[in-house]
Amino acid sequence: MSTDVDVAAPGIGLPEGDEAGVQVGLWRRAYDNVRTGNLGILPIVIGLAFIVVFFSFKATNFFTADNFNNIIVQMAGLTMLAFGVVFVLLLGEIDLSIGYLSGIAALTVAEFQLPGSGHAYPGLVAILIAVGLCTVIGGAQGSVVALVGVPSFVVTLAGLLIWQGVILQVLEIKGVIVIQDAWINDTANYFFTSRNGWIIAGIVTGLYALGTTASLIAKRRAGVAIGNLWIIAAKVAGVALATFGTVAISNHASVPNGLPLAGVLVVIFLIALTYLAKRTPFGRHVYAVGGNAEAARRAGINVARIRIIVFMISGAMAGVGGVLLAARLNSVDLNVGGGTLLLDAISAAVIGGTSLFGGRGEVRSALIGALVIATVSNGLNTAGYKTGTIYIVTGVILLLAVTLDTIARRLQVRSGR
Amino acid sequence: MTDTPILELRGISKSFGSVQALADVDFEVRAGEVMALVGDNGAGKSTLVKTVAGIHAPDSGEILFDGKPVHIHSPKEASRLGIEVVYQDLALCDNLDVVQNMFLGREERDLLWRLKEPAMEQRTAETLRGLSVTTIRSIRQPVASLSGGQRQSVAVAKAVLWNSKLVILDEPTAALGVAQTRQVLELVKRLGEQGLAVVLISHNLHDVFEVATRITVLRLGRDVGVYEREKTNQQEIVQAITAGIPTKVAGIPEAAPELAS
Repeated sequence: MSTDVDVAAPGIGLPEGDEAGVQVGLWRRAYDNVRTGNLGILPIVIGLAFIVVFFSFKATNFFTADNFNNIIVQMAGLTMLAFGVVFVLLLGEIDLSIGYLSGIAALTVAEFQLPGSGHAYPGLVAILIAVGLCTVIGGAQGSVVALVGVPSFVVTLAGLLIWQGVILQVLEIKGVIVIQDAWINDTANYFFTSRNGWIIAGIVTGLYALGTTASLIAKRRAGVAIGNLWIIAAKVAGVALATFGTVAISNHASVPNGLPLAGVLVVIFLIALTYLAKRTPFGRHVYAVGGNAEAARRAGINVARIRIIVFMISGAMAGVGGVLLAARLNSVDLNVGGGTLLLDAISAAVIGGTSLFGGRGEVRSALIGALVIATVSNGLNTAGYKTGTIYIVTGVILLLAVTLDTIARRLQVRSGR
Repeated sequence: MTDTPILELRGISKSFGSVQALADVDFEVRAGEVMALVGDNGAGKSTLVKTVAGIHAPDSGEILFDGKPVHIHSPKEASRLGIEVVYQDLALCDNLDVVQNMFLGREERDLLWRLKEPAMEQRTAETLRGLSVTTIRSIRQPVASLSGGQRQSVAVAKAVLWNSKLVILDEPTAALGVAQTRQVLELVKRLGEQGLAVVLISHNLHDVFEVATRITVLRLGRDVGVYEREKTNQQEIVQAITAGIPTKVAGIPEAAPELAS
């Protein structure tokens, strides 16, 4: 309990309109954000810039258009998993099964495209079956968590073991399943022509600008505060720069020339899931349950339903990621879904700024975190370091990111109440 | 003040196993009045509120809302009738902002399942202004950055937002400092002035005497009387809380020994 007494503020909102008032409002908001532990993505973006500059000097092959495309394709599968992790972490839960669940998806998609197996379907159907299966599995695991009350750590740890076991049992007999279906392989191996790349960049930027303008108009019509126009304009410019810049570099690459489809898929899921998290009642309820489950329940939210759906999302995203990872290798073998995939996915979400304690985080943090992990691992690889070094460096970055989050969190507790 | 009470309880009894939490309790609150509900720990205040909020069903007795008998089976049914309960804690999500908390669980959305943020923000601002809650700097700041008094104000405003007819406040000032308590009490008074029926549960008789129109005293699961604030004093209420005699048990002389003690 705090001892601070309210100082009567002048009223809702500061005097607006004059330049000084807006400036004060901006600083005030920045100060409020830092005070309440809401650091945003700034620290990690700065960190990422440092990493890129560092490896550009350290490794000759790092700062090239080819390698840029490489990183995009390498990180696509991981990012998909991390998107799902963000939702689970927003609830304050954990899903340890996603690594091998993605392996199950890879196995399923490979199995259902296998020519001559008697159950060969078109690639797209196989993908839908794989993702659907993972969604159902995620939902089943979530139901045990939400309805029975078994901790998610235990349920999904069991899931981790079970799905690993299933993969081993199937693939010990079959060895390697080669994926020949073009639809499936294209998810990770298709590159747009440079003209189509530009069109896509135009569409993304245009939609973002349109959405921003529409929301501004709606706010003005309702007569509520619209925030600082300069910041909004800067955001639109930033999105334009990022999309057109990406296409420019990708088009410059020689070996796989053009914008990778995998990267576009990541952006599509980023937009769709951000919409879900930030613009719909469902997303709002996810944040509410993660922030204070009891308050959410009293507000009439069906907490169990939210939990189950979130685990379904986690499973579905593991499925999508698994398909991408299998497509990249054009095959599925005994190592599928294993290695550091699970821990990388969780690290990505956390490095990007999603809190492990629930209620705080953004979908985009998965992308940013995955970018950091993929860049570091790619950079160290290019510079000739061994796997051991990559793990150590990734570990240090993770620790730094979580330490920052914890300090921010402590500040929040101090300022609250 | 109208003559028909918004909420009237007649002969409510509730027991948990062998413990008689409420025995034949009568209670009423009218539109535009602040009815304080006081009593010692274990007197049955919380149980009484929970029967009205739809959390416990009474074993016997009758609940009349707006003069019509009703059965309240769930918190949702209670809020559909226009009954809102503001609990002393657990009512807000720290990580959400004021607007998000006000509309939590009842968000307005359009055909694309999109939240109507501007509309919700506007109504939040209007509601807070209507209650003269002016100390909140921005309704888009997370509730975590608000003071205890401001948080309680938001919780109360949330109850008012839904055109509720009856607002029940469970120890709204229990965890607050002096200035913040003042803020919340002002707000409680204003609710009554706006024509809502308010039930205020409090341990703090000072608070009660400041805002209540009438005071119902519970003791050991029975109601021992309803007092008009104007015609009573703290001493009489304390007497009633600690040694009050049930009004409804006929024939008990003044000095009769208590049944349950």
